[in-house]
Amino acid sequence: MGDVWAALGTVEFEHIVGLSLTVSFCATAIAAVVGLPCGAALAICRFPGRRLLVLLANAFLGLPPVVVGLALYLMLSRSGPLGALALLFTPSAMVIAQALLAAPIITALAHRAIEEPWQEYGGALRVDGATRLRSIRMLLAIARRSVVTAVLADFGRTISEVGAVLIVGGNIAGYTRIMTTAIVLKTSEGELGLALGFGLVLIGISIAVSTSAFVLWERR
Amino acid sequence: MKLRKLPLRLFFLLLGHATIAAEQPAPQSIILASTTSVENSGLLAHILPAFTKETGITVHVLAQGTGQALQTAARDDADLVLVHDPEAEQKFIAAGDGIDRQQIAWNDFIAVGPRAEPAHIAGTHDAVAALKLIASAQAPFVSRGDKSGTDALEHRLWHAAEIDPAKAGGGSWYRDIGGGMGAALNAAQAMNAYTISDRGSWLSFANKGDLTVLVEGDPLLLNRYDVILLNPTKHLVPKQALAEQFAQWLVSAEGQTAIGAYKVQGEQLFHPSAAAPK
Repeated sequence: MGDVWAALGTVEFEHIVGLSLTVSFCATAIAAVVGLPCGAALAICRFPGRRLLVLLANAFLGLPPVVVGLALYLMLSRSGPLGALALLFTPSAMVIAQALLAAPIITALAHRAIEEPWQEYGGALRVDGATRLRSIRMLLAIARRSVVTAVLADFGRTISEVGAVLIVGGNIAGYTRIMTTAIVLKTSEGELGLALGFGLVLIGISIAVSTSAFVLWERR
Repeated sequence: MKLRKLPLRLFFLLLGHATIAAEQPAPQSIILASTTSVENSGLLAHILPAFTKETGITVHVLAQGTGQALQTAARDDADLVLVHDPEAEQKFIAAGDGIDRQQIAWNDFIAVGPRAEPAHIAGTHDAVAALKLIASAQAPFVSRGDKSGTDALEHRLWHAAEIDPAKAGGGSWYRDIGGGMGAALNAAQAMNAYTISDRGSWLSFANKGDLTVLVEGDPLLLNRYDVILLNPTKHLVPKQALAEQFAQWLVSAEGQTAIGAYKVQGEQLFHPSAAAPK
């Protein structure tokens, strides 16, 4: 156990934890900014192809991270279509991968959360002459508890994900190594105690972030 | 009002984080596609700080198998490679992808297995004979199965033994795990199985359990590490000058001394060999 404590105090470990949190925060934020309005729009707007989009958002709930990682790898590779951006094996690539995985989740959950209040208050909002944009904002406020849950679920997925970030991040020491990829690495080095220690820290951080976000929101 | 402002504040907070994440690598950085044996053994972490201090160039290391590392470079996603599979390297160069191959160090492969071992290969020095014994005893054997340098060596040895292990024992005693060296050693330890490892990974592996070195000293088990640059006629090579600088440093007196000085538990893992390639 002494090894574990020693490793947890190092600068390298601090960077790993910091990057884990940063990547997850950014990906969740992007997914929320894109997914919440999309989910709400799917709930209240009527347009051709809407049902298909709802179906897709729900189908993509189970998007396999490894496949998303591989597809993104091929896109971002220097010999791929987006190669000129030089994003492969950078933290930015990891954020993109995570956001791609997280966006459908938040879209589907927001859609589900808004559907019911829209049926309940939709008529009143329309009578009020509320624009669709204003309706979306009102409904997201009404359904905020479910929305917070959706965002936290997204954060949980991103911070615990390993397949996609390993492929597009490359697990480069001091640069793209995060908690989950460090755990994989330590396991493969046979440092099982250290891997487990990292794992417990990851669980702790994940729980702490989710609980404090939840408590803060409830106390508002 | 309060309700409306909080999401806004949160958004800007996260935007702040986003700018940190979008931070690009230091202008002077190269990507080295390498094998798990040189990265996970701690060699690169040991020698790279000296190079970075001297030149200001940061080396980002991808620890992959040799096959994957060469693929990564062939796709232009790395600036140079440091690998250990002579045959795959020759193909890489023959295909016009690589140039300027230089040997930087060597060590050896070893066969490891449980102390109480069914095939009785302990203490022998003939790797091919040992594999024949393992196959005839149908003793559990873990194969990397990941096209790494070690995997390629293993298959060369089976070929020399005139055994097709996947045919003879696939699904039973021959266990192709499709994983890195560490994963293979973990699996061998858990299944009381034999496996072939490079010396560096073995010495730095921390979960040996009942595993021990059984066969060593066969000339066939020589393990050479080569650095290869990308061929500018076929590749973009935006950082060729930096990559060349790193390759030159590895074979320089300073780089060679640093490689030779790296020890785990008092044992030297890599023998510098740029001056006299093996």
